[in-house]
Amino acid sequence: MARVVLPTSLAKYTGGVKELEVEASDIRGVIRALEARYAGIGRELEEGMAVALDGQIHQDDLFAPVRPESEVCFLPRIGGGNGFLQNEANFA
Amino acid sequence: MATAKQEIGNGNGSLKYVGTRPWRPDGVDKVTGRAKFGADISLPGMLVGRMLRSPHAHARIISIDTSAARALPGVKAIVTRDELPDIPNQWVPAGEVAVNYRDMSQNVMAREKALYDGHAVAAVAATSAAIAKQAIDLIEVEYEVLPHVIDVREAMEPDAPVLHDDMFTEGVEPTPETASNIFKKVEFAHGDLEKGFAQADVIVERTFTTKPVHQGYIEPHAVVASAGEDGQCEIWCCTQGQFTVRAYCANLLGIEIGKINVTPSEIGGGFGGKTVVYLEPIALRLSQLAGRPVKMVMSREEVFRASGPTSGGAMTIKMGATKEGKITAAKAWIAYQAGAFPGSPIGPGCMCVFAPYDIENAEVEGYDVVTNRPKVAAYRAPGAPISEFASEGVVDELAKKLGIDPAEFRLMNAAKEGTRALYGPKFGPVGCIETLEAARSSEHYKTPLGPNQGRGIATGFWFNIGGESCATINVNEDGTATVIEGNPDIGGSRASIQFQAAEALGIPPEKVRPLVADTDSIGYTFLTGGSRVTFATGMAAIEAAGKIVVQLRERAAKIWDIPVDAVEWEDGYAKPSGSNAGEFEPLSMAEIAAQAGKTGGPIAATASINAQGAGPGFGTHVCDVEVDRETGRVTVLRYTAVQDAGKAVHPSYVEGQIQGGAAQGIGWALNEEYIYDKDGCLENPGFLDYRMPVASDLPMIDAVIVEVPNPNHPYGVRGVGETPIVPPMAAVANAIENATGIRMTDLPMSPPRLLEAMDNGGANGGA
Repeated sequence: MARVVLPTSLAKYTGGVKELEVEASDIRGVIRALEARYAGIGRELEEGMAVALDGQIHQDDLFAPVRPESEVCFLPRIGGGNGFLQNEANFA
Repeated sequence: MATAKQEIGNGNGSLKYVGTRPWRPDGVDKVTGRAKFGADISLPGMLVGRMLRSPHAHARIISIDTSAARALPGVKAIVTRDELPDIPNQWVPAGEVAVNYRDMSQNVMAREKALYDGHAVAAVAATSAAIAKQAIDLIEVEYEVLPHVIDVREAMEPDAPVLHDDMFTEGVEPTPETASNIFKKVEFAHGDLEKGFAQADVIVERTFTTKPVHQGYIEPHAVVASAGEDGQCEIWCCTQGQFTVRAYCANLLGIEIGKINVTPSEIGGGFGGKTVVYLEPIALRLSQLAGRPVKMVMSREEVFRASGPTSGGAMTIKMGATKEGKITAAKAWIAYQAGAFPGSPIGPGCMCVFAPYDIENAEVEGYDVVTNRPKVAAYRAPGAPISEFASEGVVDELAKKLGIDPAEFRLMNAAKEGTRALYGPKFGPVGCIETLEAARSSEHYKTPLGPNQGRGIATGFWFNIGGESCATINVNEDGTATVIEGNPDIGGSRASIQFQAAEALGIPPEKVRPLVADTDSIGYTFLTGGSRVTFATGMAAIEAAGKIVVQLRERAAKIWDIPVDAVEWEDGYAKPSGSNAGEFEPLSMAEIAAQAGKTGGPIAATASINAQGAGPGFGTHVCDVEVDRETGRVTVLRYTAVQDAGKAVHPSYVEGQIQGGAAQGIGWALNEEYIYDKDGCLENPGFLDYRMPVASDLPMIDAVIVEVPNPNHPYGVRGVGETPIVPPMAAVANAIENATGIRMTDLPMSPPRLLEAMDNGGANGGA
């Protein structure tokens, strides 16, 4: 089971749960498992969040393989920024 | 059969060209004036566009009367809010990110209200600049002036003038029922803060402020737009992202993306400030209405009044440490002003604030706040220099209270592989410790200081990113190659892409011509930003080169009539892989290319990737200052900037990035600020009064590159463009404290402010 870490901003979906375990073979599977458990969280995760998979940041990389011992951290999306962008870190 | 990924490199595992310092591929054009920048583009029949801008910081626009201007001979088109589509207030997916096009549209042209001094209200296209100016003067705008707010803390007060009556703070439960200037609240936390502070022997808490500062690029924004009768549109402009300009113009004007082609010019500095659109959609709309090309160029005054600076910030930092020197807890409250529309870099500011350190217990609370200023734009490591200025000051003060050398204290707590960052993940291999050790062991750090002199050290962090990139390599008939990519070159990326392609092909860089293409000529490539291009587009170029090498081996196999697996590629030559493959003289790329027509046709390849695994960047800076106690003037005597580049592809460019970032950070620290009058109008919109450092203000910045390879890149590359602006403000402040005993907490640390602090016996701002 992969260990999932969620940011504080998503506590409204999870009732305050920030860490949990899910069974999935890729990032899309992790998101689907979380959506099944916390309705509504999937869209936020897919469109608004980046993923740190075992410490390495992935964006729009739904099919990156997740191992049973993986750590999957969701964090604000890291994009190139002009400040009209939501849920993201801006970059120059 | 070999795959492209197996083919990268020069065949023997060592690097032959990456890491060397030949001449810059863009150097001759720039020093001879041949390079074509945004304002250098001209078309037959072109009109001149000019913008009318609000003279008020906050005002309701009652009416706009353009009748007199339209009647002026030579005026061909006018655009106001009435000539632009209304766009709903919603966040929509746009490639990598979600964008609010309503806010973007209202920023390029005011609708119901003007929200800052300089906000665009109308635009004119005319046959000459004089007529355009005359027409602008003939447009009558009736305003109802409203109360305004400039300061971020004042904007958060319950009785502050509210800019947007439909803004209800996100990120708090329940959502407020009253509109405010606070767009959103963000939080990050791990560990047990109370327990962490209970373990501390020493606790320091300070409040800091920084001012918005402009990116200060030399080249003002410039565009030529041409809308054809068939609906096909062409845009030439100075930008950090031609694909971004294309998408934004398409969405703001309701045009299919495929009907717009954007060609980026040479760019005279961007630093993040050219990741946005200001003139482009307006020039295109004017061109649609006039049926002729339209050119618009901002004046320097317009650049300051209407294009994005970075945020100003207010921060309270509290940190605790044991007497042995272990940081046990850290807490931050951070508010950034976003300008007139939401979207400050509060997220990265919060994520970076304690990133250089391994801290078990930490909490950060951040706020994104709108004010009556120009909408902020990205500026080198957006958000990080502001928050890390504050945290690095507190770290320094903790070290002083504990009697530990500040470099040693940082090393005792430095982030390393396995450290969990406050924002979630554990770091992979990072070079924080290596930069600190290089700074501490430098001759600079050991040199004695004189009277009124002080030394400061500070460490900074920036994420770096990857993302979507394409690269195409065409092999020419003589064996030279062209590498085509989609990232405007703002800091040496043509050279870095050229070098990586050359390395992977095994031919000298001068045989590979790098080219930045328009949007019709290369696949989608995310903008130049986030220190991503050398990493991500470099990987695309390497992958394309790998595909080329596969083809070259296949062609050699055909020429020799042996299996392709019996051909290897080494140092730019096809060679038989062993004696069993047969006896053949190696074939050069030129020899294979000359026979391309007979062996299968042109040799070309494209790679399109979404690069993952950018390596984070750390840097440590050491600054010596001398303080004039009579005037408060601070002279930077010596400055050393150390940075982990992973692998420096062209070290001279990397050093240039480090030096440039340090220089900009020193200006941010000592002099730069926007000065507004009581009506909220900018009083210093020019380089004479907005004081950026010039060469005579600074010593030579000694750049030191350390290389902790990024395991996710074939050559170990990390981005380098942004990290070097993170440490300077704290390094300068820590040096001033070392010289005077005064902790300066408010930027800029200009002579009047420092003099006042010294006269007051050390009190400064929020201390």
